[in-house]
Amino acid sequence: MKYREAVRAGLREALRSDPRVFLMGEDVGRYGGSYACSLGLLEEFGPERIRDTPLSESAFVGAGIGAALGGMKPIVEVMTVNFSLLALDPIVNVAATIRHMSGGQFGVPLVIRMATGAGRQVAAQHSHSFEGWYAHVPGLKVVSPSTVADARGMLLAALREADPTIIFEHAALYPMEGGPVPDNMAVDLSRAAVRRAGKDATILAFGANLWKALSAAEELAREGVEAEVVDLRVLRPLDDDTILSSVRKTRHAVVVDEAWRSFGFSAELSARIMEGAFRDLAAPVARVCSAEVPIPYPKHLEDAALPQPGAIVAAVLATIGSGTAIAHGRV
Amino acid sequence: MTPAEEDLKAVGREHALDLLRRMMRIRIFERKSAELYSAGKIRGFLHLYDGEEAVAVGAFQAIVPEDAVVANYREHAHAIERGVPLNSVMAELLGKAAGTSRGRGGSMHLFDAARGFYGGFAIVAEGLPVAVGLALARKMSGKPGIVTCFFGDGATDEGEFHEAMNLAALWKLPLLFLCENNLYAMGTALSRRQAQTDIALKARGYGMPALSVDGQDVLAAEAAARRAALAVRRGEGPCFVEFRTYRFRAHSMYDPQLYRGREEVESWRARDPITLFAESLSRAGLLGDAERQAMEREIELEIEKAACFADGAPVEPEEDLLKDVAAGEAG
Ligand SMILES: Cc1ncc(C[n+]2csc(CCOP(=O)(O)OP(=O)(O)O)c2C)c(N)n1
Ligand SMILES: [Mg+2]
Repeated sequence: MKYREAVRAGLREALRSDPRVFLMGEDVGRYGGSYACSLGLLEEFGPERIRDTPLSESAFVGAGIGAALGGMKPIVEVMTVNFSLLALDPIVNVAATIRHMSGGQFGVPLVIRMATGAGRQVAAQHSHSFEGWYAHVPGLKVVSPSTVADARGMLLAALREADPTIIFEHAALYPMEGGPVPDNMAVDLSRAAVRRAGKDATILAFGANLWKALSAAEELAREGVEAEVVDLRVLRPLDDDTILSSVRKTRHAVVVDEAWRSFGFSAELSARIMEGAFRDLAAPVARVCSAEVPIPYPKHLEDAALPQPGAIVAAVLATIGSGTAIAHGRV
Repeated sequence: MTPAEEDLKAVGREHALDLLRRMMRIRIFERKSAELYSAGKIRGFLHLYDGEEAVAVGAFQAIVPEDAVVANYREHAHAIERGVPLNSVMAELLGKAAGTSRGRGGSMHLFDAARGFYGGFAIVAEGLPVAVGLALARKMSGKPGIVTCFFGDGATDEGEFHEAMNLAALWKLPLLFLCENNLYAMGTALSRRQAQTDIALKARGYGMPALSVDGQDVLAAEAAARRAALAVRRGEGPCFVEFRTYRFRAHSMYDPQLYRGREEVESWRARDPITLFAESLSRAGLLGDAERQAMEREIELEIEKAACFADGAPVEPEEDLLKDVAAGEAG
């Protein structure tokens, strides 16, 4: 099963099992979803439940919030995180605040899915990674499935949440093949996952960058370095236990994030490790992030701007001090 | 003589042939771009204007060098009509340093400050408020010329469209709105996105004059644009033109086009703006077959040269990756 098929299977399961569930967003119906995640669902569930919207991100995300308040279980697809900037107000000012602001009277059990990330030569305006922006906001839950099984399972788990949950699907993952995925298997939305065990250093990553981290770990293994790779999966709330126990064991941490380094998710993760495992660290936490530039279109520049396995390998080697004076990741 | 032939006689042979040549140039340029996309030399998104050529060619007859132009991501034609050299447009599509934007933007992000071409905006409707600001600057500084803003029917779904229309009318700005209504935003038809599909009526609702015109008829497009531009130049505030047109091909290079029938596409193809115009020219005895073929060969040669130039041109060096993020670091 491919990642996009897993998303579709999750959507189908959700739509079949609960009549309150409906999907809305731009081109989810007739077009089949801009990444083909909802292909065939319009035919199966009809236009009431597979709802094509106008290009009105602010209005239809806001409407999703209202529908959730009104007792439905909406899944809102924002085509990509880049366009979600038009819907920041309803997400940040309404969905995230209303439970607390209303004295606990209202809650928004809304699932928002969006594609994210760079790497497809679609230039600056279509290559953002704002997972960290959303993870900054109390009241939101933010998850990022990196495997085919999680793409399906996290959607089902998100629908069981009482609060707004944003699912980030890295666009590079949609065509990824990942074998069969069992039916109706929701995953635990509180745990990170150790995807590769190791003793020398911990690489922390999520989304498509998990795969870059794993390929870096393979390369490191050939050089005799055993890296542990932690797939963060849930960005808010972070699974401190899994993260810190891995770092305590390996004493070295490298954070990989496709967002920019300054003021980003990687800074938060690094600070948490410092706060929770300072005495266990043998070296400062290292970060491999995107260059601080709007992502350029040409392949060679885009590759140079994004975290790559080579830079992860270099960062791990530099951190554990066995490298031959290899530079850190980019600024 | 039919009324159409009378129109042609009034327009004059030279002007008519110029219009035809301009439309053919865009068509052949994009045919070459599609070929280069298939060959893997152009990547990411490539939104073609195939079928809509009469709109840009007609509209640009009313735009003079001192005017400003704002366009979206389907803007090859607009850049070419603005006089941006074919070499620079093609080089940008190939991500080369000789491109309009040093190759950093690609197809969706053509910019040319010297020619008052402000882009190249890929987030739907974001160009409209920018155009309002450009027009405001003109009005406040007394600078001559008007601002012209191209956008699709999809943009009229967005709040920014409505807010920009209101501001432009409220402040009586020298702004000409040029809506390319091709009936679809990606895979969702206008009638599935808007309860009131008369776009010109919306403009009137904001207190500005609006025309609707057949966008497959280059003479009609030109006449409407001229009338509207004249009113804006007189300082009467903004004006609006809706061009009714159709995109013959997929939204970007490929999509399965599940959202529209073959018959619908064929019936619009029968109204190909280039064929229609060329046929009326030959019926009026203004264009012979041999002449048309010679014209085509001449343009093909021009485009081949541009493609050859772009293919052989160097890419921006990787050391320049971080340049131009802020002023004072020019690339
Ligand atoms: C705010 C925003 N939402 C969604 C998209 C994705 N998208 C790109 S083009 C497009 C369709 C726009 O249609 P229209 O304005 O009619 O222009 P056309 O492509 O038909 O020329 C969509 C939905 C986007 N770029 N920006
Ligand atoms: Mg359109």
